[in-house]
Amino acid sequence: MTEKIAYYPGCTAKSYAKYMDLTAREVMKKFDIELVELTRWTCCGTFFGLAEDNLTSQLAPMRNMIRTREDGFTDLTTTCSMCYNTLKRANILIQNDEEKASRLNAFMYEEEDYEGDVRVWHLLELLLEKVDIAGIAKKIVNPLKGLKVAPYYGCTLLRPKEVTIDKNPEKPTILSDLIFALGAEAVETPYMTECCGSYLTVKDKHLVADRTNRIIGSAARREADLLVVSCPLCQFNLDRRQKEARELNSALPEIPVVYFTQLMALALGVDVKELGFHEHYVDPTPVLRKRKLLGTPMKVPVKVKK
Amino acid sequence: MDKTTTEVTYEKVKIIVANTEFEVPSNLTIMKAFEYLGWRLDRGVGCRGGFCGACSTIYRLKGDHKLYTGLACATKVEDGMIVAQIPISPANKKLYDIESLKAVPNTMLEFYPEIARCISCNTCTKACPMDIEVMDYVQAALRGDIALAATLSFDCIMCGLCATRCPAEITQFNVGVLARRLYGRYIQPEYKQMTKRVKEIEKGKYDAELEKLMKTDKKGLAKLYAERVREKA
Repeated sequence: MTEKIAYYPGCTAKSYAKYMDLTAREVMKKFDIELVELTRWTCCGTFFGLAEDNLTSQLAPMRNMIRTREDGFTDLTTTCSMCYNTLKRANILIQNDEEKASRLNAFMYEEEDYEGDVRVWHLLELLLEKVDIAGIAKKIVNPLKGLKVAPYYGCTLLRPKEVTIDKNPEKPTILSDLIFALGAEAVETPYMTECCGSYLTVKDKHLVADRTNRIIGSAARREADLLVVSCPLCQFNLDRRQKEARELNSALPEIPVVYFTQLMALALGVDVKELGFHEHYVDPTPVLRKRKLLGTPMKVPVKVKK
Repeated sequence: MDKTTTEVTYEKVKIIVANTEFEVPSNLTIMKAFEYLGWRLDRGVGCRGGFCGACSTIYRLKGDHKLYTGLACATKVEDGMIVAQIPISPANKKLYDIESLKAVPNTMLEFYPEIARCISCNTCTKACPMDIEVMDYVQAALRGDIALAATLSFDCIMCGLCATRCPAEITQFNVGVLARRLYGRYIQPEYKQMTKRVKEIEKGKYDAELEKLMKTDKKGLAKLYAERVREKA
């Protein structure tokens, strides 16, 4: 039976990262999990407000928890690292600070009170919990053989430690485990948990280009074919800013940056046309073709339950 | 007095307008109360039926800290009400040629970047006299869901109360207008019968018939009307 879980796409997943959203839904279907988009949702808050006395920044994430309860769910998952981080930290605040929770509930008098009883998951975390690595490996129909993939976590999946999706935030392995499960080879780099430059991309794109140069350069030196990420902002910075990074370092090779959901979808036999590779600045198709991974997926016998 | 009418006297309530207390019958709307007091309304009055959004009003009630919003033509007076009308809502209104726009997420942000300042406080929704989920449509616009923003904002009467209450200083109602225009021009499925009919009209299919009607006298028109083909019930 298909398991249903409340799904928070996030704003970017509805616009510039729509293939992260589409492939996430497709991937989860293969594991009999349906991502049920919240009937109503607002921005996650974009980033977790650190000002102790400014609770307004907690309204947006908290409202999404209220919507989750309204839809009758107790678990909420998202693919975007940034949304995950904001939602999870706001949730922890509500769970641990009764006084702030009651002030927030009082402000949102038009809504049902929220008591912190939703569990926030990043999709990677959920996959490992509900399907696990062996379960993922079992469903692979197009093993990404010979493909060298550099995992890139960035900040928001791992920091602060209260929200980390990996037991070891200093040296995480979740993405590498996934990469191996898909049949590819993981190429870890010292920059995989460094910041991509985040929103500074708007204010100072050259600063971000410098980070991109280091991160992409480090992956290139280890002969990675592509980088895998879980955050639309990391994807944007590491992909689009390669243009400005090449102005800093003309020797920087082009390395495509894809979402883990796109890579999973490819390995799980989803048609490559539906993966959205045409929207990338650095097109992943040439390297995938070179590794002979774009052919028709191998046919697997369909098990029919009697 | 005419025997067919019965006089009903309503108890009086006190309302405060411009720091002055007035007594008005309790069954009146705010707008009727103003006219009862003998004021001629030149601004902040329109359809009188809750549809045009001209009479946005803010008020407080006795012993209540909340600032309420409503339409003067559709809100009853209450004892101790402190009332102020908002004749116009100064709005951030962008000019654009709809033909040169694209129905893509960035279009909303290009014209109204302030929607990114929305903190989901829901104050706009609470202020809306039409019970529109204003915050939800601003949020839909923010994530580029133009169709949803257009649908949710459809009942908007442009009273501007949302915009006067918004801490992020968004002009919600104009964001809704842009979403609905984009939706109408680029997203909404084409109504094929209408396209067909417009073409027929342009080709002059009905010209002769119209010409004939224009030349028919009143008597002839009455006859045509009486004998018109009716759709069977």
